[in-house]
Amino acid sequence: MLKSLRSQLTTIWTILQHSFSRCETVQYPEQKPYLAPRYRGRIVLTTDPDGDERCVACNLCAVACPVDCIALQQGTREDGRWYPEFFRINFSRCIMCGMCEEACPTNAIQLTPDFEMCEYDRQNMVYEKEHLQIDGPGKYHDYNFYRVSGLAIKGKDKGEAQNEAQPIDVKSLLP
Amino acid sequence: MSDLNTIIFGLVLIGGAVGGAAVLTWFERRLLGIWQDRLGPNRLGPFGILQVLADMLKLLSKDDWVPPFADKVVFVFAPTAIVVAMLLGFAVVPFSPDLMIIDINIGLLFFLGMTSLAVYSVLLGGLASNNKYALLGGLRSAAQMVSYEVFMGLSLMGVVMLSGSFSLRDIVEAQSDMWFFIPQFLGLYVFLIAGIAESHRLPFDLPEAEHELTAGFHTEYGGMKFAMFMLGEYLGLMLISCMIVTLFFGGWLGPWLPPVVWFFLKVFIVICFFILLRCAIPRPRYDQLMSLGWKYMLPLALLNLLVTGAIALSMEG
Repeated sequence: MLKSLRSQLTTIWTILQHSFSRCETVQYPEQKPYLAPRYRGRIVLTTDPDGDERCVACNLCAVACPVDCIALQQGTREDGRWYPEFFRINFSRCIMCGMCEEACPTNAIQLTPDFEMCEYDRQNMVYEKEHLQIDGPGKYHDYNFYRVSGLAIKGKDKGEAQNEAQPIDVKSLLP
Repeated sequence: MSDLNTIIFGLVLIGGAVGGAAVLTWFERRLLGIWQDRLGPNRLGPFGILQVLADMLKLLSKDDWVPPFADKVVFVFAPTAIVVAMLLGFAVVPFSPDLMIIDINIGLLFFLGMTSLAVYSVLLGGLASNNKYALLGGLRSAAQMVSYEVFMGLSLMGVVMLSGSFSLRDIVEAQSDMWFFIPQFLGLYVFLIAGIAESHRLPFDLPEAEHELTAGFHTEYGGMKFAMFMLGEYLGLMLISCMIVTLFFGGWLGPWLPPVVWFFLKVFIVICFFILLRCAIPRPRYDQLMSLGWKYMLPLALLNLLVTGAIALSMEG
């Protein structure tokens, strides 16, 4: 009895000391929390340093997406380059896992440190290409996919120009 | 005071007590916030005090619903009983030498009677709801009542012996030399525990116990009827604090400041202490509360009675 009484008095004293301890609350809309540069938030489509869209509509992001929230339609330009005719992300399904960013061969799709995407209407959570596309290279400032991979031009296929090596045939095991 | 003054003071007191109980909900949440290293409601108005208004509007605009399976008359009567009983209890509280509604020579017994009547509200509310959780809450309330009512009354008899009167004004005036919390320390301790149990507040909110019984006896209540239960609880808290101040901490007595200010200052401190207890102490099981009541508190109250009686007798003789 006396032991438990002492224990309870100690508790009361400890709680009373908390009158002078610092408050842990972060008052959110006024006080923003720190988000790391690689925080996985709202998804954007970036452009390469020349200002052209990076996305080549390869559908790898849509395949990688575990919740199937990405939908896109591939189109072909006059020079044969692929581009997305529409690109749609349903953010009410998206779990911000970042798999699409890892799958993307051209670094087009990227996640940004922004999570404030509340809407009153659920349909507004579906972002179309014009909502996703930004005018900038995102995290990779100098990366241009076709500069790295090479490009076939009239009369010369990939790897046939000067100072170029033949591309590796990824479908063969031969050296 | 003249009759008219008494009526006016009574109305002011009812308004003040109900308003005070409303503000107390906000105050308690802020204070709990401070002690739990967070802020509490701070958005609406200065320091968030308009939260009271928002809560009140919300409760007033809710559907006044009586469940079809409930005992309707008792269901509606129960929340009213606790508020009426607690407000009646305020009638005998002496706020200052001449600021009280009525000074009856059995004021202390009147107070004990009124707070005991408030238990009916919890019991009937639990019974009339016709709901398992509510019934369990009512059951616990009954178990709690038989364990604390006995030593609650006995713990105050030491005060009565020392002052030689049941009138609360006489009790306060008898403390002009020494406040009773020094000679009646055991009495204060026992009455404090009984008082928390009486007002059904943590750590003795067994009938409510939102962690186990959803909301205990008022599970089926909503809107204003629920608000009445909460009002009753906070009125009970204020009444018990007023009584602790009156009986053990010299009521309005104190130097320099006017008596009413002293009274409310002391009540405020006691209320803060009650909230601190809520913040710090976990809730016992109701069999633990019963064994505490019967095995420790009752003997302590009797011992206090015996020793006080012996000392009072030897002082006289």
